[in-house]
Amino acid sequence: MPMTDEIGIVTPQKLHVSTPLEMVSGVTLPEYDLMYETYGNLNADKTNAILICHALSGNHHVAGQYEGETAKGWWNGYIGPGKPIDTNHFFVVCSNNLGGCHGSTGPASINPLTGKVYGPDFPIATCKDWVHSQNTLRQHLEIDSWAAVIGGSMGGMQVLQWAIDFPDLIHHAIVIASAPKLSAQNIAFNEVARRAIMTDPEFHDGHFIEAGTTPKKGLALARMLGHLTYLSDDMMGSKFGRELREGKLNYNFDVEFQVESYLRYQGEKFATKQNFDANTYLLMTKALDYFDPAADFDNDLSKALAKATAKFLIISFTTDWRFSPERSHEIVKALLDNDADISYAEVDSQHGHDAFLLPNSHYEGVFRAYMNRIYNDFCRQRGE
Amino acid sequence: MTSTPLSPEFKLIAEWIHSKSRVLDLGCGDGQLLDYLIQNRSITGYGMEIDPQKNIKAVQRGINVIQSNLNSHDICDYFDEDSFDFVIMTQALQVVSRPDLLLDEMLAVGKQSIITFPNFGHWRNRAQLFFGGRMPQNKSLPNPWYNTPNIHLCTFNDFEDLCEEKNIEVVARTVVNSRHEPTFAMRFAPNWLGEIALYRVQRKS
Repeated sequence: MPMTDEIGIVTPQKLHVSTPLEMVSGVTLPEYDLMYETYGNLNADKTNAILICHALSGNHHVAGQYEGETAKGWWNGYIGPGKPIDTNHFFVVCSNNLGGCHGSTGPASINPLTGKVYGPDFPIATCKDWVHSQNTLRQHLEIDSWAAVIGGSMGGMQVLQWAIDFPDLIHHAIVIASAPKLSAQNIAFNEVARRAIMTDPEFHDGHFIEAGTTPKKGLALARMLGHLTYLSDDMMGSKFGRELREGKLNYNFDVEFQVESYLRYQGEKFATKQNFDANTYLLMTKALDYFDPAADFDNDLSKALAKATAKFLIISFTTDWRFSPERSHEIVKALLDNDADISYAEVDSQHGHDAFLLPNSHYEGVFRAYMNRIYNDFCRQRGE
Repeated sequence: MTSTPLSPEFKLIAEWIHSKSRVLDLGCGDGQLLDYLIQNRSITGYGMEIDPQKNIKAVQRGINVIQSNLNSHDICDYFDEDSFDFVIMTQALQVVSRPDLLLDEMLAVGKQSIITFPNFGHWRNRAQLFFGGRMPQNKSLPNPWYNTPNIHLCTFNDFEDLCEEKNIEVVARTVVNSRHEPTFAMRFAPNWLGEIALYRVQRKS
């Protein structure tokens, strides 16, 4: 394995956009902020820029660490010097999605028109809106086109949207553990998560910030449910089995099995320590439900991808049942219909949907090989 | 990435591939053949390979490789009829669960198929079985019977019978020894003397 190093201390930046964004919902957002981070250096030809798109609960802090903190970005294992997305070669950009709660304008921000917190009145954003706002960030950074746009899960959906909406601005598209649209089961899980939040008495019809509270219980429940769909039965079996916290059954409704304890911890952490905004969670799940690029093309994904000129790498994980390999096959098939340049890897992993964030030699190997190919491509173009 | 010299078998196959054709390589390994054909025949196309390590190497070469199990009947799911000028499968016919069905799939998505496999009817195999009374084990069949990927070994005659039965036309056949050289004697008794055969087949019109 090549030597790897850490990015080290990173600092987020904020872009204020005063050009109104006309959103898919029909609402116009008069102005907005995008919080973002960058790693590595943009080369003189501006050919080495990579955009990372984040998933449901992710944000712009992909790699490195903040001053005075030990926690690292959510994809730190894959981004850094000598890592698959090698910051010695690439200039990496990631922004917090519009409607998020980590610095970009979202439901917890102040509506400049009313002077009050948006709360539930923040317009529901879609993948298309995110991609268009990311394109504004691209212009601000004076990047002519992305060498690659990369994302896992909901991030992968944004990658597909990029390839469809801005074919000339993206050379490579890497779509990991994703799907071309949600299944009825996926939407059903999202709906249960939303009901958990919206029926929490502290939700106050979304005006919880003004009420000086947060629907922690609902948010924690939503996260517990979501988390379940990220894990595989195999992995839960090997990690927890039927292990008991106190070594014996107590015949009550307290936490008895380790798996219960783990899920409660995950829910708690999300709702309290991470302080995730409940309205953002609702918005993100809606954006997921709405994502269906084929809908504008007679429900034909092949037609939707017909104009895409990017080269694709699609990756799925064997035990991912949220977005199973079959969902990636749909994307692969649509790209093959268009004679696109595409490679597909189906990675053996026991970690379910979460596998895209975790170490795995096959995943890393194919990811690294593909990134090297991108790097070699633009080195060759430059005649190096 | 093309530092390793092209194998003699691949050289023989490459002679059959005309310029700018569309090619599907089943069990493409590290993509060496496709890489050669892209650079020397300006072909386009895809490889399919199940082995992760080989996939990684193929991706590194810049080959379009789809990780897939040839037994899972993905080929017809992924590709439309007559998508390719050539569907190539080298040294894999004998390892798949249903070679006959795979042959159908290959000739559904491709106009012609190029198939290579070891000849179980080679005299050395026959001699080992006849005199030794045991399953042959040698350079081209190195594995013991109980642990071998070669679950559907056949002779050239067997393969040609299958083609006949399936209304498949043998357009060309090259029979070679294990060094991929054709010898004079092989012409007269290929099923005795040939170690490897390269077949180019198509559906009978």
